[in-house]
Amino acid sequence: MPDIAGIVSYGSFFLVLVLINGIAVLGLNLQWGETGLFNVGVAAFVAIGAYASALLTTPATGAHVGGYALPIAVGWLGAMGASALLSALVGLVTLRLRADYLAITTFGVAVTVGLVTQNAERLTGGTFGVSFIPRPFAELAERPVAFATATLVLVGFVTLLVYLALERLARSPWGRVLRAIREDEIAVASLGKNPVHYRLQAFALGGALMGLSGALHAHFVGYIAPDNYQASLTFQVWTMLIVGGAGSNRGALLGALLVWGLWSVTGLATASLFAAEDQARAAALRIVAIGVLLAGMIVYRPRGLLGPGTGTQPKESTPVSGAADA
Amino acid sequence: MNLQFVADGLVAGSMIALGATGVTLTYSILRFSNFAHGEFVSWGAYLTMTVAGWIGTCVPRLAEPLEPLSVGGGVVLALLLAMGLTGVLAWCLDVLLYARLRQRGTAIALVMASFGASMALRALLEVVYTTKPAYYSTELQIAVPLGHGIRLTPDQLALLAATFVLVALLNVFLTRTSTGRAMRAVSESPDLARVVGIDVSRVVRITWYLGGGLACAAGVLLGLVVQIRPGMGFDLLLPLFAAAILGGIGSVPGALAGGLIVGLSEAAAVQVVGAQWRAAVAFVVLVAVLIARPSGLSGRAS
Repeated sequence: MPDIAGIVSYGSFFLVLVLINGIAVLGLNLQWGETGLFNVGVAAFVAIGAYASALLTTPATGAHVGGYALPIAVGWLGAMGASALLSALVGLVTLRLRADYLAITTFGVAVTVGLVTQNAERLTGGTFGVSFIPRPFAELAERPVAFATATLVLVGFVTLLVYLALERLARSPWGRVLRAIREDEIAVASLGKNPVHYRLQAFALGGALMGLSGALHAHFVGYIAPDNYQASLTFQVWTMLIVGGAGSNRGALLGALLVWGLWSVTGLATASLFAAEDQARAAALRIVAIGVLLAGMIVYRPRGLLGPGTGTQPKESTPVSGAADA
Repeated sequence: MNLQFVADGLVAGSMIALGATGVTLTYSILRFSNFAHGEFVSWGAYLTMTVAGWIGTCVPRLAEPLEPLSVGGGVVLALLLAMGLTGVLAWCLDVLLYARLRQRGTAIALVMASFGASMALRALLEVVYTTKPAYYSTELQIAVPLGHGIRLTPDQLALLAATFVLVALLNVFLTRTSTGRAMRAVSESPDLARVVGIDVSRVVRITWYLGGGLACAAGVLLGLVVQIRPGMGFDLLLPLFAAAILGGIGSVPGALAGGLIVGLSEAAAVQVVGAQWRAAVAFVVLVAVLIARPSGLSGRAS
């Protein structure tokens, strides 16, 4: 007799994690796929969202600031706001410069946010992180199937809202300007649209979605710690987007499903195949495999599975080639 | 006033300078920020350790410390071999990955590919060597007083000397040899260089050998004064970029100056805010440069 309740719970939790990752991938797709902005600090923007929401919604502990016990929805909005603000600041400094500098700066943001989560104990709880983050439907915790299903419906609904809003934005005049900037920045500027403003808006909006993803994850797991937001998270989200196809929202979600599926299956496989003392090495081997997958996709199928077929491949926003310096 | 932090800053800064020189060389010839450069630092450190182990087994005399240094001639010999090996590793990565993307002409795809390569290379080190820290030597060293309250170990003094010798050699190579001139020509204009008969693919190969070799040296020096970890190069990456941009990306003397400035700033700031914030100092330097003078100290606008 198969354990149907167990399968339903596991399946729901798996899909919840796919969708939560998917929202971050949608944010990255807006930045990179639609606008050509290269963000190597995805983990930082996810972390800011997670911590912002956690500090707004947890009960007061005295161990760290925050603890306002606000409703979860307020936490999620706060998460989006905090990540959007950080993205806008980063964008203000770097969007006028060449594309590589945005990449390097976002990388620096990830390192610095990592340090803050680890060391600013009054703000983030340090290495112990923040616990007692309220979970939606916590009252259903006694009934695992109902809890898993309700969570899946909620996260699915949020993802659907984000997806529909992004699709609508892409077809709006705003989305057309973004695409036009990607194709020919000077032509757009000559029509009186400031490309830097549009890029900044896209970058901040993408950052807000990453923050939302972090907040959803924090409230799903109920506990956050600095370890969740390492460079490997950035790497995972990037791989999802590249596999699914940059420039396509459906591709972003498909990439999240496939890469998270691959990650989970290889995780189960290494857990059962390797002895306890080799687990750390096996986990590293999974990262090697994902790295090779990412590099292979970039070389052999740069448009991913569902990316736009012709001519709309993301281009660098600033002409890096030909910028000879010395 | 205790000036020890100046000495510490110079030691850290010279390692950053060696790595940043590689970053800036790759950037000026190949025109992309190589996020995998930190992994060359880590790979160089581990390759040296492995080769030194072999040498020590074959010729036990070379494993004995070379007074007053903490390591034997075996490590020095291994460093020279591993510099070549790391250069070959960097070149292999180019052939397997970067060269294919260069043909397509999307520079930012190269940055992304280098980010993927960096994750894979670092994880591969963890598979082979595990995350446990390693050391070249367990010898304890007594720091030598140099006046003004400054004390340095013989290893650190050797490190400073090695850095300046390497950078000076590189500068002579770039300015006085025909290959160096060819490299500078390619960095000015690859198309024009090709027209006048410069073998651009050879220049690219030599760039990777140089960048990889210098990264290996940085890794060994870092391993010598701190420890060897798979994440050591990745953690160094932000200071490397900050130093290269501060010095004016593409400029070798700039990278040396930038490295020393970043190292000194780290050492000075750590006095005030505590060592746990060290990595953020490079970020502050980076943002300050990008706001105030994005073209860097060498000053040529892009």
